[in-house]
This record gives sequence, structure tokens and C-alpha cells, in this order.
Amino acid sequence: MTNSINEIPNAQVMFVIGSNPTEAHPVIGAKMKQALAKGAKLIVVDPRRIELADKADVWMRIRPGTDVALINGIMNIILENGWEDKEFIAERTEQFEQFKEALKKYQPEVVSKITGVPLEQMLEAAKLYANAEKSQIFYTLGITEHTSGTDNVMSLANLAMLTGNLGKESSGVNPLRGQNNVQGACDMGALPNVYPGYQSVTNPDVRAKFEKVWGVELNPNQGFMIPDMFEAAHKKSLRAMYIVGEDPVLTDADANHVRKGLEELDFLVVQDIFMSETAKLADVVLPGASFAEKTGTFTNTERRVQMVRQAIKPIGNAKADSEIICEISKRLGVELNFNNTADIMDEVASLTPQYTGISHERLGIKGLQWPVPNQEHPGTKFLHEGKFTRGKGLFTVIDYQLPDELPDEEYPFLLSTGRKLSHYNIMTRNSAGLDSYSPEELAEMNPIDAKKLGIEDGEKVRVASRRGELETKVRVTDKVLPGMLFMTLHYKESPANVLTNAAYDRVSKTYEYKVCGVRVDRI
Amino acid sequence: MSTVTLNIDDRKVTIPAGTTVLEACRMNNIPIPTLCHDPELTNSGSCRLCVVEVEGMRSLSPSCVTVATQGMQVKTNTRRVKEARKTVLELLVANHPLDCMTCQKMGDCSLAQYAYEYGVKDDVYPGERRNVCLDDSNPFIVRDSNKCILCGKCVRVCEEVQGRSVLDFYQRGFESLVGPAFGSDLSQSDCVLCGSCVSVCPVGALTEKQMIGKGRPWEIKKVQTTCPFCGTGCSFDLNVKAGEVIGVTSNPEAPVNGRALCVKGRFGTDFIHSPNRLTAPLVKKDGEFVEVEWDEALDLVASKLRAIKSEYGADSIAALSSAHCTNEENYLMQKFMRAVIGTNNIDHCART
Repeated sequence: MTNSINEIPNAQVMFVIGSNPTEAHPVIGAKMKQALAKGAKLIVVDPRRIELADKADVWMRIRPGTDVALINGIMNIILENGWEDKEFIAERTEQFEQFKEALKKYQPEVVSKITGVPLEQMLEAAKLYANAEKSQIFYTLGITEHTSGTDNVMSLANLAMLTGNLGKESSGVNPLRGQNNVQGACDMGALPNVYPGYQSVTNPDVRAKFEKVWGVELNPNQGFMIPDMFEAAHKKSLRAMYIVGEDPVLTDADANHVRKGLEELDFLVVQDIFMSETAKLADVVLPGASFAEKTGTFTNTERRVQMVRQAIKPIGNAKADSEIICEISKRLGVELNFNNTADIMDEVASLTPQYTGISHERLGIKGLQWPVPNQEHPGTKFLHEGKFTRGKGLFTVIDYQLPDELPDEEYPFLLSTGRKLSHYNIMTRNSAGLDSYSPEELAEMNPIDAKKLGIEDGEKVRVASRRGELETKVRVTDKVLPGMLFMTLHYKESPANVLTNAAYDRVSKTYEYKVCGVRVDRI
Repeated sequence: MSTVTLNIDDRKVTIPAGTTVLEACRMNNIPIPTLCHDPELTNSGSCRLCVVEVEGMRSLSPSCVTVATQGMQVKTNTRRVKEARKTVLELLVANHPLDCMTCQKMGDCSLAQYAYEYGVKDDVYPGERRNVCLDDSNPFIVRDSNKCILCGKCVRVCEEVQGRSVLDFYQRGFESLVGPAFGSDLSQSDCVLCGSCVSVCPVGALTEKQMIGKGRPWEIKKVQTTCPFCGTGCSFDLNVKAGEVIGVTSNPEAPVNGRALCVKGRFGTDFIHSPNRLTAPLVKKDGEFVEVEWDEALDLVASKLRAIKSEYGADSIAALSSAHCTNEENYLMQKFMRAVIGTNNIDHCART
């Protein structure tokens, strides 16, 4: 997030796109409702009638996968009406003229046909967003989990720059990150192209810095991203995998393909706290410790690094993951030499510009928001004040493209996947309380479709795509559009990802979890 | 910032203009009992326990809704004040069950604490007591309206913090109760079981079901930590007794969320002690997992990785790190892959 969570209650206009905060980030959803109670305006873009849609001033029920067209259309309206922030554009951005020219073809009438959003809604949204002093964009996986994910995000950045809604308190572009520490795992360089702090592995100066501290020569080539790994396993160029705390067999798109890839490996070691579907395929399973059994830090979606404190000893014979990694390393002849996790953070701080001023000792109860450039720095509440990381903000011409797989005669429903309030991915199924509260998948289907197919609420059906099939119960609801089916990823008994399409965004290699074609049959 | 100076219990106190008498007292460590007041919620001024004497005012003033003014003379501890507070407490106790010894809230109950401080006995106002059914219709929250003192904090937190307005007062007079519309159970209402109401309840009317019978406040160690579910980064206290996490309670100091949490963070950490936890290393032998000692498992992992690296090269090995694990573990994992194995084949579900 460029802003902080506690700036939300003071927002004037919230533009929420591809995000269902009252279920997936409930406390953030609650802050948005606090803003509404104080008079903020709300624009929601979502094909589903999520809770916030009912509270919105404008709810644009977009056809899934047409976000770029919609945003371009809104920007076209802003420019037609002269609602852009001319000063911001002149002072802080570049390549505006070229961008402006390219937007001309996104006439509102054309966009309305592509997106299914009525003209007057686009006009109202453009007016609200562009004319408020402080507008905030929020997006989640409804934006990124498309083959056009990067384009979607860059379009939102264009929209914010066009209206000067960046680099201010309660005004910015705010991705709501998924898992508890997905921000931190990225910050720490658990990515194939960057070291900690997003420092490129292909940059010789950066590499030299890490080689000096780590005392070894480092590989100059970028590594595999997740989809590449499974492809490489199929082709036998990848022979072994070490998987910690992830269950790609349930959570990656086209799960059957992932499973086969893992089965091709010569050796698979899985480190987890439960016998996951992936762990079942492993040669060795190592029992890790839960968050309650170890000390360290998580970094949340607003870049706040906070302490995780050990409350109990690891269960049974389990060990903290850091200890396990050090033990394996030692057996491969390299002592990683840390006394405790505070020592590890000190090394992180020495190599990671955003974390320079962070230590366990400083974090206390409140944590610190990066960047923290030195030991006295109080942390950074919002980003891009006065200047962007690259200097000037670059307007990028982005064209709308169709999702990789759309419904057709054979697979007539559009399947979209996501989360629901009562579960978080797959781990919460192991909470007896949450599992008894919310024990099974209820695929959402519009009443018109249910009637056509003769499906009753609560009935079990078979859902199939080109890649796999499953059985699930159906919830008949107008939360989804006719022709659409919505499922969560939480249930291994109805594993939605055997259906999803593994086509991915060309830059981020994020799978298109939000759109694929499926067929629904009565059993 | 403009300030005002007033006199509280013969002490001169200077505070920012607009401060209430209650806040002025608390800033200066002058104790005032409250049941319906909460610094994060609007004031309702309903419990009348915080009354003080203000010179020039005919009746006692509820300090939580009385704004301090220049030159105000306040007494917080006179006989008249103490008697008024005691009467308020006697009236509440007269219609409150006295099963304190088995009440989950024992040791953490504001009503019991003040009744003790003010020497309240149970037999001052004998008469009828409420007798309504318990609501334990859901897996997480037990609602015992017999213990409710109608302070309304749960009503306000549900509306003002969570934006849900599931709870409100209903019926009148002696029959007054707090609950979802039409007296329904929480499970039949729009309640999403975030438990914010439990976090503000001063008595045993709202309690965490999973913690009932698991421990008394003086037996519990609270460990502040960060929630392991979504990326919001809520902070809360793990309640630990005898090496076991028995539940979660809010920590008002939490920088992101205050006392607000969702159903997962507040009630979903029972996965820690799930019987499904892996508790020993496992090695697959003839297609079946067999429990082994750590040394055997780790030696096997190291020897396999070494052999594969020497036969096919470092780039034939890849790792997935975890967005659930800590920064320190993720740092170590990428360092291990890069500096020990010798490959950049490290990723995690960064984009999902």
C-alpha cells in the first residue's frame, strides 16, 4: 500500500476494484465502513454483489477480465471533462501526450459494450474519483489474477497519476496483500529475480555486495518462477524441490498439471505444519513450527514490520523453520551462524535498504513501516511524497486484451475463484472451530442458471473444465451474474484449482485464477 | 493548542480544551470507575458510575460526558459521590447472577471489581431477576443476557468500529435486553462473529466459547503477536496456560486494528493444537511414511540435494518459500538457495 490502513477512515473517495475487503481483509473492510459513516463516497468495481457493492455510491458490475477497458474509459471521460490534475501531470509525470492520444479510442460507448457497465455509472465514477481532494484506490487479486494482471495494475497507476491521487495522506494506490507475510517474503527476496530489498540478481554491483557479506560466489542468472518450476519438472530439467509452508497442489492453477510435475521430480522435501496435499507427494516431510512457536517478524500490506513472539514450545518434535534450514545447510558444509532470529534481522538490515533502521529491539508493540532508512527514523506512513522511486511517474499506454479462456458452447460458465470470510486459504480448515462453522464449498450460481439447469439450492453438482473436474454443493444467489460461477480455494474436497487455467500474466507469471470456462452438470 | 485549567480534588490540572472531566482525571491518575465508557467509542453517559461533584451544579455530573471548563471545581471522592456510585452498583447487582465462582469472567469483571471496591452486598434490593436463555448458537461466542448490565459498549463497537449494527437494545424497562433484531440468536442474525463485542464486554455477558473452563486470568500469560492469516497485520494477545494456547484476546495497543479482529484471527488459532499437526519427521519408505529421528531425515535431505546438485547442477534444484513464514525464515531460505545450493530458483506464492 502506498498509504496506511489507518488513513482509510479519513478517505473522501474509495475506489475498490477486484477486492472484497469485508471478507478477505475484514478489519480493512471495517475501516472502509468507518469512512462511509463519516461521509466518504465509495466506488466498487466487481462482477459479484459483494457486501461493499450494496453500500457503494456507484457499483460497476463489470464483465470479468475487462478492467483495462473500463479504466481507460474512465480516464477518457476524465480527460473529456477536463477533470485531470494538470499541475501533477506537468510536474511529476512524463509521456502524457502520447498516453492521452492512445486513450482516444476508449470512447465511453465502446467501453460500455466491452465491460457491460452503463455509461452513466462510468461518468459518475469518473466524476467522484477525479474531483475529490483525496481519493484512494484499493485492489486485490481481482486485479492481479488475470493474464492482464500487470496491465490492470499499471492502468490503475495511470488513473491515480492522471488525477494526482498519489503521494498524499489518504490518497494513493493500495494493493491489499494476501497472506500475512506475502509482503515480507517479497521484501526478503524469496523471488527468483531479486535479492532482499528488490535488488536485481543480474546487477553485478548488487551481486558483489551480497557475495562480500555471504562469502560465496553467486549465480548471475535469474531463477525459475513458480509456473516455470512445474514446467521444468515435467521436462526433467528440474530434479528436486524443497517446499516450505506452501501447498501448490491445492493453491496453484491447473492443479492436476502441478501434481504431475511434482511426481516427476527425483526428490521432494516438504516442510509444513500439516500433512498437506503436496506433502503427501514428498519423499521427506519435515515438521515446522507454527507462528505461536517461534520468534520473528511479519510485514503487513502497509509495509509495517511487526514482531511475532514465541508463546509456546514447538509441538511434539517439530522445529522452527529457521532451525531446520540451518541444520540442512550445516550438513551441506555451510554454517549459517545465527544465534537467534534477531541476529538474522540484523543481517537483513545490513543488506536491505528499506529495512536499514529495523531491529527486533526497535519494533516493540507498534512495529515500523518501511522504508526505515536509519536507526532513528520513525518509519514511513505513505509513499511517493514529492517524488516517485524512478523520479517522474511514467504514463504507459495499455490496451485491453481478452482473458486467455472464455466460456464457449462446451464450457458455458465463467468460473471465478476467491476467498470467503470464514477461511484463509487452506490452513484454517485445521481450525476445528472455523471448519465446523464453514465446513464445505458452496459454489455460487445465479438463480436464472439454476432454474435453467434444474439445480436446487444446496444440491451437489459436477463442475468440469478442460483440465479437471470436481463435485461441489451449489448456493443459488444473485451475488453472481447469470453465466458465472464463483468458488473458493479453501476446500480440498472440492479443489477449485483442478479447474482453473494455468495461463499467466507475461510479467508476473500470476495465473489467471479469475476467469476460465467450466461446465456444470447435475449428478 | 488551547488549554484549560481546573481543580480536581484540590489539585490544579491543566488539560487541552475540549477534554472531558473523565479524561482529565485519567490523564492525571485520578481513578474514576466506568462501565459504559470506552476511549475508542462514543460516550453514552448511561451507566452513571463515573459521577463527580462539580461546584455550582445541582446534581452529580457524569464525568464522561462533562467537558472540563476553565476554573471548574471537581470533587471525585466525596461521600455523596461514593454513595451514588454504590447505589448504581447495588441496582446492577440486584439483577445480576452471583455465580461468580464459575463465571468465565471471574478475575477480569469490572462489575465484580467495583462491587468489591465499594463494598456492595447482594441483598439490598431483593426481588425478581432476569431469567432468559443462553445464546450459544454458534461455535465462538456465548451470550448470557442474564449477566448483561446494558452498558451498550457491544452495541456501539458493532456499529462504530465494525460497521455492522447487528446488536441493539430491545424491549423496555426491566425487560430491556441487548441482542440481534427480534431477539434472535447470533447465528440467525447478520453477525459475522468478529468478537469485537466480546472484547469490550465488561462483565460475563459475552465470552469466548473456546476459552470457557480453560483458564483464569491470573493463570494466563498473554503474548502479543501478529495474526497469521491475511495481510492486514492485526496484532493480538495469545493467551497461554501451561504451555498451551487457549485462545486470543484483543490488545488495545495493536497499531493497525486496535481491538478489532475478524472471526479467523480471534477464533481460528485453535489450529495450533490440532491433532493433525505434524510432530515428527517422516520419510517415505516403500510408498509409506515412516516416522524417523531428525538426524536421519536431515541427513537424507542433505545427501539427496548434494547428489542431485553434483549430477545435474545447482539449477536443477528449486525451492518454494512461504508467505506464511517469518521474514527471518524467508531471508534464510533464499540465502540457503543462493549461497549454499547456488541457484536463484526460489519463489513463493507472491502473486496469489
